[in-house]
Amino acid sequence: MSGALGKDLLGLESLSGDQIRLILDTAEPFKEISERAIKKVPALRGSTIVNLFFENSTRTRISFEFAEKRLSADTVNVSTAGSSVSKGETLVDTARNLEAMRIDMVVIRHSASGAAQFLAERIESNVINAGDGTHEHPTQGLLDILTLRDRFGDLKGRRICICGDILHSRVARSNIWGLTKLGAEVAVCGPRSLLPNAIDEFGVKIFDRVEEAIEWAEALNILRLQFERMTAGYIPSAREYNRVFGITRERLDRAPRDVLILHPGPMNRGVEIDSDVADGPHSVILDQVTNGVAIRMAVLYLLAGGKPELAEAAKGGSGRGREERE
Amino acid sequence: MTVILLKGGKLVDPSQRLNKVGDLLIVDGVVEKAGGSIAGPDDAEVIDCQGLIVSPGFIDVHCHLREPGREDVETVATGARAAAAGGFTAVCAMPNTDPVTDNQAAVGFIVRQAQRAHAARVYPIGAISVGQHGKVLAEFGEMVGAGAVAVSDDGKPVASAQLMRTALEYARTFQIPVIDHCEEPTLAAGGAMNEGIVSAQLGLKGIPAEAEEIMVIRDILLARLTGGHVHLAHMSTRGSVELIRWGKERGINVTAEVCPHHLSLTEESVRGYDTNAKMNPPLRTAADVEALQEAVKDGTIDLIATDHAPHHYDEKEREFADAPNGIVGLETALAVVVTNLVEKGGLSFSDLVDRMSCSPARIFNLAGGSLGQGSIADVTVFDPAAKWKVDPSAFLSKGRNSPYAGMTLTGRAACTIVDGTVVYRAGLPGAARER
Repeated sequence: MSGALGKDLLGLESLSGDQIRLILDTAEPFKEISERAIKKVPALRGSTIVNLFFENSTRTRISFEFAEKRLSADTVNVSTAGSSVSKGETLVDTARNLEAMRIDMVVIRHSASGAAQFLAERIESNVINAGDGTHEHPTQGLLDILTLRDRFGDLKGRRICICGDILHSRVARSNIWGLTKLGAEVAVCGPRSLLPNAIDEFGVKIFDRVEEAIEWAEALNILRLQFERMTAGYIPSAREYNRVFGITRERLDRAPRDVLILHPGPMNRGVEIDSDVADGPHSVILDQVTNGVAIRMAVLYLLAGGKPELAEAAKGGSGRGREERE
Repeated sequence: MTVILLKGGKLVDPSQRLNKVGDLLIVDGVVEKAGGSIAGPDDAEVIDCQGLIVSPGFIDVHCHLREPGREDVETVATGARAAAAGGFTAVCAMPNTDPVTDNQAAVGFIVRQAQRAHAARVYPIGAISVGQHGKVLAEFGEMVGAGAVAVSDDGKPVASAQLMRTALEYARTFQIPVIDHCEEPTLAAGGAMNEGIVSAQLGLKGIPAEAEEIMVIRDILLARLTGGHVHLAHMSTRGSVELIRWGKERGINVTAEVCPHHLSLTEESVRGYDTNAKMNPPLRTAADVEALQEAVKDGTIDLIATDHAPHHYDEKEREFADAPNGIVGLETALAVVVTNLVEKGGLSFSDLVDRMSCSPARIFNLAGGSLGQGSIADVTVFDPAAKWKVDPSAFLSKGRNSPYAGMTLTGRAACTIVDGTVVYRAGLPGAARER
């Protein structure tokens, strides 16, 4: 039953460069479906998918839901803010109950690092990690990479800098794994108090000053600054963050080249990114959102056992990808 | 008259400079004679020890027996039986029970429960502070009178330097060590594993080595200031070893222990989010393991202790960050040490016996730790070459949380004698379940 990706998508660390390219290539034909008047193909008809969100999410949950519906899967959303512990039922019991309802896939978002793997090891359904704690957010990493590839083509040797709170960012980890596996040069830039102490062992360049990062990079992926980082004492204030690390028009104007601007959202305008940058000519932030649906369709399709070479056919409405699974 | 004759084993007791094949005669709970060929009386119980090592009984100065409070995960009785099965003739029980063992009545309760168990001896350790709250000193004198052999707020670091200072001073009257769990609380807050590349990749909050080392040097300096005896629990970092060496070179009254898991496993075990690799202090790096092994060999670290910490299956079967710290260790300690330090690390069996028996007896001023004539007959007989696969379901401990499950290890207790009575014998009915 496991296809080219194995049973689950838990992170980009465990994927090869070829597997990542496979997902990106599979996403290409799915992009077009969302442009149609009737945005639906029967590739996952009859599949049951549970979107299990233990943590608040708007964008990712909606993106997954669109991807599932456009592939004709039956979906159920379970949203419960807070941890499973506060809810009373343990994650393992939740998993067993889902399994007992004979579902095919689980998309899980959870505040604990490793929660997706924990679930995947305990149920036979395919598990897709939609963000686990500060560990990984593989579909976000993939959609960022797809967006970069749309502009740059081959990413080998391309210089991409991830800016902001690397320490607490699952998006940063997935991007670092994915981009390095595709041969890109990756850098990070942020206050040292928001970088892991072992960052130099990640095989990335480190910039202490955002001006140096902008001078070096061909693209910036600007992470959201979470306000609880200030109350926890990692940095003094949002105001100073913007003054020292904010991506501003003024800073970008001094860059030796046009710099592509990505942001996984939701944005804090005027903190990590200024509005004229977010809405400027080199911003691909909304392309990321569009690509998110295609990437998630590709991941769902491949995990369901769909053949990559049949993605084009599946798109045409034969539904063969799904049938290949049986 | 009860007579036990251990025939043909290799007697290993560095305290008596013993290290050769010979017999051991035990009469009425006391070592009568060690060495040479001994012909016991006709009614002697003769135990064939050929191919086995006969040593003074192992003593674990650091375990959690959970009673009172969490009898569902361990009791004094099950812990004492697990200890005996692991070759321990005595263990010291940490006071982080519920309620906390911070007064003479609570200490007396553990002493009585241990007497009923008829297994390994159990010596209570009293709390340093009332309720382990780190504020008010507990009554050391009365606790010692009831049977406590040391004080510790283990599980919680003594955050206040002033309280630690006072404890070290006050403990001098009773000549007991003050045991500290070295962890700077603000640096370690929320941490789930060692801070480093693995924690960064897994997205788990790390505990830097410095959180331990800051408190190690603080405690050593306070021991220098007070002349008190500080015993540093479960050392886990290379830096701590260097600091202990620094203190000992200056004649400061500091002793230290290390756990089998910190001598054998690294932070790499956490990959995959296995909660049986979660403990505090956390598993560190290969360089730390190497430094700790060296420190055991050269004596910088005085002894090996288990930090046996049983937890319920359900508590470990959850998200890594939410799972409790700790693993069981009583029934795997010997094998982990033989496999990792003797077989791979070149530690002699004589030094192993010192670190697991003679040294803890000496440092905690406990009976045992010797096969000398007239010593109490606490004796461990173990097979240094037995290879066995760790199966937690066969543990006598109620705890099953072991990172060694499924591993094949070398070295296993064959017979454990406490006060001249066999309390555990591998494979024999009556002593313990066959393993």
